[in-house]
Amino acid sequence: MIKEYYDDPTDHNVVFIGDCELYENISPVYLWENYGINSYIRGSAQQLIWQSYYLAEETIKQEHPDIIVFNVLSMKYNEPQNEAYNRMSIDGMKWSSSKINNIKASMTEDEHFIDYVFPLLRYHSRWSDLNTDDVEYLFDRNKVSFNGYYMRVDVKPAENVPEGKPLPDYMFGENAYTYLDKLTKLCKDNDVQLILVKAPTLYPYWYPQWDDQIKTYAKKNDLPFINFLEYQDEMGIDWTKDTYDGGLHLNLAGAEKLSKLFGDILTQEYNVPDRRGEEELDKYWDGVIKRYNQEIERQTTNLELYGSVHKPEEKK
Amino acid sequence: MLFTSYEFLGFLLIVFILYYLLPGRAQWSFLLLASYVFYFIADPRYLIFIAITTASTFFAAKLISDKKVSFDVWFKEHKKEYEKDERKALKAKEHAVEKKIFLCCLLFNLGILAVTKYTNFTIANINNIIGAFGNKGTLSFVDLVIPMGISFYTFQSMGYLIDVYNGKFEAQKNPFKFALFVSFFPQLVQGPISRYSDLSQTLFEEHRFEWRTVSFGLERILWGFFKKLVIADRILVPVQAIIGNPDTYSGWYAFAGAMFYALELYADFTGGIDITIGVAETMGIKVTENFIRPYFSKNIKEYWNRWHITMGTWFTDYIFYPISASQFMMKLSKKSRARLGNNLGKRVPVYLSSFIVWFTTGIWHGASWNFIVWGLGNFVVIMVSQELEPFYRWFHSKVNVEYTFGWKLFRVVRTVLIMSSLRMFDCYRDVPLTFKMFGSIFTKSHLSQLNADAFIGMGIAAEDYLVVFLAMLLLVTVSLIQRSGSVRAKIASKAAPVRFIIWYGLFMATLIFGAYGIGYSASQFIYNQF
Repeated sequence: MIKEYYDDPTDHNVVFIGDCELYENISPVYLWENYGINSYIRGSAQQLIWQSYYLAEETIKQEHPDIIVFNVLSMKYNEPQNEAYNRMSIDGMKWSSSKINNIKASMTEDEHFIDYVFPLLRYHSRWSDLNTDDVEYLFDRNKVSFNGYYMRVDVKPAENVPEGKPLPDYMFGENAYTYLDKLTKLCKDNDVQLILVKAPTLYPYWYPQWDDQIKTYAKKNDLPFINFLEYQDEMGIDWTKDTYDGGLHLNLAGAEKLSKLFGDILTQEYNVPDRRGEEELDKYWDGVIKRYNQEIERQTTNLELYGSVHKPEEKK
Repeated sequence: MLFTSYEFLGFLLIVFILYYLLPGRAQWSFLLLASYVFYFIADPRYLIFIAITTASTFFAAKLISDKKVSFDVWFKEHKKEYEKDERKALKAKEHAVEKKIFLCCLLFNLGILAVTKYTNFTIANINNIIGAFGNKGTLSFVDLVIPMGISFYTFQSMGYLIDVYNGKFEAQKNPFKFALFVSFFPQLVQGPISRYSDLSQTLFEEHRFEWRTVSFGLERILWGFFKKLVIADRILVPVQAIIGNPDTYSGWYAFAGAMFYALELYADFTGGIDITIGVAETMGIKVTENFIRPYFSKNIKEYWNRWHITMGTWFTDYIFYPISASQFMMKLSKKSRARLGNNLGKRVPVYLSSFIVWFTTGIWHGASWNFIVWGLGNFVVIMVSQELEPFYRWFHSKVNVEYTFGWKLFRVVRTVLIMSSLRMFDCYRDVPLTFKMFGSIFTKSHLSQLNADAFIGMGIAAEDYLVVFLAMLLLVTVSLIQRSGSVRAKIASKAAPVRFIIWYGLFMATLIFGAYGIGYSASQFIYNQF
């Protein structure tokens, strides 16, 4: 998903940077169709704050968005976590100082920098698992996201969402704060409006103590912070219909509800322009919308036929 | 820093580039620096040990050498002034002083080796003896640093000292050059145990970049990595499963474990030596070969002339011959001939010397009874083999098979089986268990054990066994081709596309099928522990 960003030749007014709470909960297609906002989501699973920072750094070097939106859930991670998630965030990036620094900041103890330079060194042991899917994927150039949005149309109601367990320490880590400071400075130095958000998903649990810290930080640094958990009624989120995995992520219906509220905020409070009518953008978005609608149809059909958005053979 | 780590490859690359960028006269000094950095990275404390051995050996050898030279000069000038007996006495007096210096240095350095490696082994045995007499008091083990490669560099230094003492060559005058001889980083970890007269010929020379030498070195390194990563570290998993679960894996499994271990050890040790020799070769330095296709040997004696050659010759030259030629052995020889007759009597000192050598070889490999019994097992096999020589001669006079392929193959297989059986002492935790597992091959083997599922349950998949098998075939093929000359030279004479396919193929096979990276635990070379 990170790699697909480079295929979008347009200049974005808004770039969302963060974890799955962004790339599964906001629909740039909705923002374009209803507000004319040209936006992109640069996100990957469990994207850590330093990964978001280096993606933001690269984005600002590449283009100059008016607004960067950062989802603050990743503040809970202070150290590198998991190689597989690192790969999702880093492998797709083009080589630059941002990527190099991202790798250095993200590597777990077992990892080596050279494995990122030569992925064969990392994945060589897969030789015995190779199958026809790998060959198909080798030549598959189909995009999986819609300007960074990962779509799901199915529904799995949120039931019995667990309360957050008490934590020994609610303070965000020093390293996480360092990168939040760097992100704030990066945006200020480059005249980019940084908006901190917390997506309205029920799990992982967002503790009031965490919320207080972000509020304090935002106030101190003169940044807006929108906790969308507080706007659930205003958005009309229905947890029996608007999530596909029991409250962890929104489905398409939920994502479009959040996008509607966010679209209102971006246009009304931040004067993000309506760019519909720009020939190049219209042409680009026509293609994305076409794919978007096809995907809705594909998933809906599969859901009716197989009870899942994936065909049985795709579930392997 | 493991030879197979990225850190080592990075270190090597930097050393290689700087080595050829530097003026030729600075190359050996730079190698000394690199070697000490290599050792420092392993553990800064190791430097103290190697520095002590280097300094003590250098000064002792220099003192002995200087005394020899000055005495020879003085003796040439003044020998006419003395009668024959007086000259003899003068020489003996001079020799006695040299001997004192020599023994002091030898015992001091062997003492360091003994204390660091064998203190806890001694304590364990004392505790066993105390326990056997019903005493419950035990001595506590001590936490000692065992410097990496101490057995190798100590033996290499002592070999040099003995050669200087015996007047084979004059001592090196430059302490830093000697320090490089002791610490040369490619061979510091697992040998070979180079002789000063061999290594010094190219170690201190100026070397210009020559593509053929460098490419040959790189090819040798690649071949070493292939053996280590594709074969040794892959077959290591079932070996560990078998030896770690003796209750589950007895009978045929124990036999399979012994054979797998034979393959693992060969690929591991020769692979490591290939890397060592290859690294040195890229810098124009010639390190002594340590193996000549040992598994093609027709008997154990020949095997030991072809396996870990530098260790074998070290023990022969510096232990076996001096003991055999010692006054004690001479007297023993006389006595045993007188009492047992000429035929049997002359063998007593030879076998006693041989016993001492194999005992020492065993304990050199490790501070445990397993290695001692392993060493003595080799002694017994060689002794029995020699005693059976007349029988073999009689057999071949009656049955004309000696020069047939089948007989040669039988002898090779026999060597492999005997050596693999003896090596079971390397594997199991103690001597009784080793005997038990060896016995189980004859008492608990049954056909139901030979099923694929059981072997796949040992931690690697069927595909992994296939990779190992194919790699082993390649290994055998290369060894067969090698009998008629250097394989690399043969490949070098081929057309460029052929060369490219061979080396690129080997490179990619190592990258893809090598057992390294996440999911595999980095495995130390087996001989590093010695």
